[in-house]
Amino acid sequence: MDSVRYDVERRGHRVPIALKILIAGGFGAGKTTLVSALSEVQPLQTEEILTGAGIDTDDLSGVETKSTTTVAMDFGRITINEDLQLYLFGTPGQDRFWFLWDELAFGALGAVVLADTRRLADCFPSIDYFEQRGIPFVVGVNCFDGSRRFSLGAVRRALDLDPDVPMVLCDARDRQSGKAVLISLVEHVARQRGEPVPAA
Amino acid sequence: MRTDLPGHQHEWLDDDAGPVVRPYTLTGGRVRPDADGFDLVAYVLARPDPNLAAFPELHPEHRLLVELAGRGTPLVELAAGLDLAIGVVRVLLGDLLSRGLVSVHQPPRATYLPDNDILKAVVDGLRAL
Ligand SMILES: Nc1nc2c(ncn2[C@@H]2O[C@H](COP(=O)(O)OP(=O)(O)OP(=O)(O)O)[C@@H](O)[C@H]2O)c(=O)[nH]1
Ligand SMILES: [Mg+2]
Repeated sequence: MDSVRYDVERRGHRVPIALKILIAGGFGAGKTTLVSALSEVQPLQTEEILTGAGIDTDDLSGVETKSTTTVAMDFGRITINEDLQLYLFGTPGQDRFWFLWDELAFGALGAVVLADTRRLADCFPSIDYFEQRGIPFVVGVNCFDGSRRFSLGAVRRALDLDPDVPMVLCDARDRQSGKAVLISLVEHVARQRGEPVPAA
Repeated sequence: MRTDLPGHQHEWLDDDAGPVVRPYTLTGGRVRPDADGFDLVAYVLARPDPNLAAFPELHPEHRLLVELAGRGTPLVELAAGLDLAIGVVRVLLGDLLSRGLVSVHQPPRATYLPDNDILKAVVDGLRAL
């Protein structure tokens, strides 16, 4: 296998590696909160146009007049070094945006599925999505105040998770907690490749 | 794989930098958003000293894009920076690409299949945050 260099230099410019990580989960599960907690920049938003009709290229101003809806996506960035960045994408919560998930998931390193223990079933579609496509994921069990504490084992059973899918308790508002979830994802990806990242 | 535009020599690019993407497929002024789309993190780099004056037909958004891409910027950041939908930015990039004003690099393969060194760098980097 030829190794791909990522320090390609061209006239002083390199194309950095930008790894994509999806933050998924049900409505209100804490996706936006997690992206903001982890991102080094103010939570950014971008949108995608939902339309079957397409966009008129020479008439930007006409876009609004067509029957288009836009869907906002959160994203954030973590710079590891000048050649390596993580992009976190909060997935849109609703099922009718599945096609956007495909775009987000394309080439993604993996995903974090946030499970809200008050509404566990809300994350089933996310889990199904990643399982069906073989995209590595971890489950972050988001501990909302006042919600009943479930044991991780009980949540795992309820979600019917594969034994090797990591589960991590987290607080999406807390950066350290979010970091731990991302680390468990990257380690999971490495384990799946059969090349575990050595413990620090 | 790398696709050069007919009539344009992208000699300022290195082959290892990842594929240069074909202009967006335009059909009668319409875009097929899912076909040949640039990746969300496709890397956009403006040509050094782009001669924008030669293209009076370009919109102010095109010009802003070229400016933002001077440093080399992923597509999604351009969209956020211009406050435009991703699909619109893809179209504008197609216009710029066909005029040789920018190059667009789909993510290098290491982005989709990072090796263990990269994964380790990510874990170490996250731990150090
Ligand atoms: N106590 C607690 N509250 C949280 C946590 N994560 C998110 N919240 C709160 O829950 C609410 C919803 O969080 P969001 O981040 O907006 O959830 P979301 O998944 O982006 O929601 P949608 O995009 O609407 O699907 C906000 O008021 C957050 O402050 C958490 O870990 N603990
Ligand atoms: Mg949200």
